[in-house]
Amino acid sequence: MTTNILPLLPIIIPFFTGIVMLFTGRRPLAHRVMAAVGSLLALIATIWLTIHVYQSGTIVTYLGSWVAPFGISVVIDMAAALLLLTTAIITMFTVIYSFQSIGIEREKYYYYVMVMFMITGVNGAFSTGDIFNMFVFFEVFLLASYVLITLGGTKIQLQEGFKYILVNLISSNFFVLGLAYLYSVTGSLNMADIYNKLSAFEGNYSIMTLVAVLFIFVFATKAGVFPLYFWLPGSYYAPPMPILVLFGALLTKVGVYAIARTYSLFFIDNVDFTNQILLLIALATVVMGSIGALSYTDMKRIIIYNILIAVGVILVGVAMMDQTGLVGAFYYLIHDMLIKAALFMLVGYLIYRTGETGIQKLGGLIKLHPWTGWMFFIAAMGLTGVPPLSGFYGKLFIVQSTFENDHYISGIIVLLSSLAVLYSVIKIFIGVFWGSDMDFSKLRPIKSDKILFASFAMVILSVVFGLAADALYPLFDMAAQSFYDPASYSNYLTEVE
Amino acid sequence: MELITILLSGILIGSAVYLMLSRSVIRIIIGTALLSHGVHLMLLTMGKLKRGNVPVLDEAVENYTDPLPQALILTAIVIAFALTAFILVLALRAYGELGTDDVEEMKGVPHDD
Repeated sequence: MTTNILPLLPIIIPFFTGIVMLFTGRRPLAHRVMAAVGSLLALIATIWLTIHVYQSGTIVTYLGSWVAPFGISVVIDMAAALLLLTTAIITMFTVIYSFQSIGIEREKYYYYVMVMFMITGVNGAFSTGDIFNMFVFFEVFLLASYVLITLGGTKIQLQEGFKYILVNLISSNFFVLGLAYLYSVTGSLNMADIYNKLSAFEGNYSIMTLVAVLFIFVFATKAGVFPLYFWLPGSYYAPPMPILVLFGALLTKVGVYAIARTYSLFFIDNVDFTNQILLLIALATVVMGSIGALSYTDMKRIIIYNILIAVGVILVGVAMMDQTGLVGAFYYLIHDMLIKAALFMLVGYLIYRTGETGIQKLGGLIKLHPWTGWMFFIAAMGLTGVPPLSGFYGKLFIVQSTFENDHYISGIIVLLSSLAVLYSVIKIFIGVFWGSDMDFSKLRPIKSDKILFASFAMVILSVVFGLAADALYPLFDMAAQSFYDPASYSNYLTEVE
Repeated sequence: MELITILLSGILIGSAVYLMLSRSVIRIIIGTALLSHGVHLMLLTMGKLKRGNVPVLDEAVENYTDPLPQALILTAIVIAFALTAFILVLALRAYGELGTDDVEEMKGVPHDD
C-alpha cells in the first residue's frame, strides 16, 4: 500500500521551504522569493485538495502505512480543506505584505523561515486525525509564534512575549494532562476511533465531563475566550503588523477549530452541560470583546478586541451543534479569517504611513488616500455583516440557529454585537479618513505598492467570498456535516476494516 | 503504586503553582518546569505501572505493558525541554532590556529609547 501524499502537501511544502531557507543563510532577498514561491505552491496544493475532497469526500493518509487506529492518520474533510485553503491564501498575501513592512533587520533574522514553520504547525493542526498529533502541531506553531512575537527584541515585545509564552506554556501542560485522562478513559488517541468507542459505550461516562472542562480550559486559552482572553489584547499589541495579521487571522482560529472538533467528537453524552458551558463563555466573550472595542481609541486595540467578538460569535454557532448553527459558524470562521487579515493589513498601512496608532491624532486622510479609505469602508461593512458582504451569511445562519433552539437571548446578543463592531470600526474610518486635516507633512514617505496590493486583494477576496456565498453553500454544508453528524467523520475507520 | 505516583504528581503540580504565583521570573520558569514534570508523571501513570510483561502484542500474551504513554511522554519531554530553554534565554534577554526580573513591573507599554 503506497501512502497518498496529497493530504500531506500543505504540511510538507511550508516545512521544506523553511528548511531550505535556513540553509541559504541570511539572504533576505532570496528568502522573499522562496517564501513567495513556497506559499504559492501551498496555495495550489490546497486548491487541488479542496476540489479533490469536494469530488470524492474525505481523504485519509496513514503515516508509514500503519493503519488507524494504531498509526497516525491525516484526515482531510471539507472543514479542514477549507481552512487549509484560507490559511494558504492569507499566508501568500501576508508574505507579499511583509516585503515592504517588516523591515530588513527582521528579514535577515529568519522572519520568513519562522512564518513558514508556523504555517506548517497550523496546517498540521487542521489536518491531523490524531489528538496527540494535534498537540504536537500546536507546539510547532506556538514555538514559531514565540520566536515571531519576540523577533526584533524591542522592549514591549520582550515584555509581552514573556507573558504570551508563559500563558501558552501552562495551557499546553494542561493539554497533555487532558490527553492523559482521555487516553486512560478511552484507550485510544485517534479522534475517529475515540468517537466510535464513546458512542458505542453504554455506561456512565461522567469522567468525560472533567476532560471536557480541561479541554475547554486549554483551547479557550489558545483561542482567547472569556475568561481566559486576558493575555490576548496585551500580547497581540506587541509584534509588528504583518505578524499580527498572521496571529489575528490564524492562531486564535486554530483554537476555535480544536474546540469544534473535540466537542463534536468526544463530548457527546453530557451535552446539556458541555454545550451550555460553551455557549455561556462564548456569549461572555462577545460581550467583553464589545466593551473593549468600544472603549479604546487606539486603532490596533480596537481591531484586536474585534478578534474576541468574532471568536465568540463563531463559538455560539458551534455550541448550537445543529446543521444551521455549524454552517453559520463555518461561514463566519472563513469570513473572519479573510476579513481580519484585510483589516489588519489596512490598519497596518495607516500605522506605517502616519507613525501613529491613536485615532485622535489623525484625520482627513481621504484626500490623500481615497482608495485605501473606501477599501477600509468596504472591509468595515463586511466585518459588521452588511449584506451582501461576507459577514452577513455567517451571522444569519448563527442567529437563525439560536432562535430555532430557543436561545433568544444569545441571538439578540450576537445581533447587538454587530452594532458594537460597526461603531468601533466606523469610529476608525471617521476619525482617520474624515474630520479636520492632520499635519500631512508628518506622514512618512514609505514604499507601499506591495502593502496596498496585498491589502486590496484581501478585501476584494472577502467581497467575492460574500457574493459567491450561495454557490459555495454545498462546500460549507459538507464542512459542517463532520461536526453535526460526527459519524460521517469517523466512518473512514470502518471502511478500512 | 499508582496512588503514590499520582500523589507525587499532585505535590509537583502544587509546588509548581506556588512557584508560578511568585513575582520573580526565574521562580516562575522553574514552576513551569515542575508543572511539566508533574503532568508527565501523570501521563505515565495513566498507562498503568508494573503490568508485568513486555510490550508485545500477541495472542499468547495476556497482560502486556502499554508502550504508548512512554512514547507520548518522550515527545512531551522534548517539547517541554525546548520551551524551557527558549524561555530561559528570553528571560535573560528581557532582564537585559527591561532591567527587571519582577513581573509586577512588566506592565503598560514601554517605549524604546
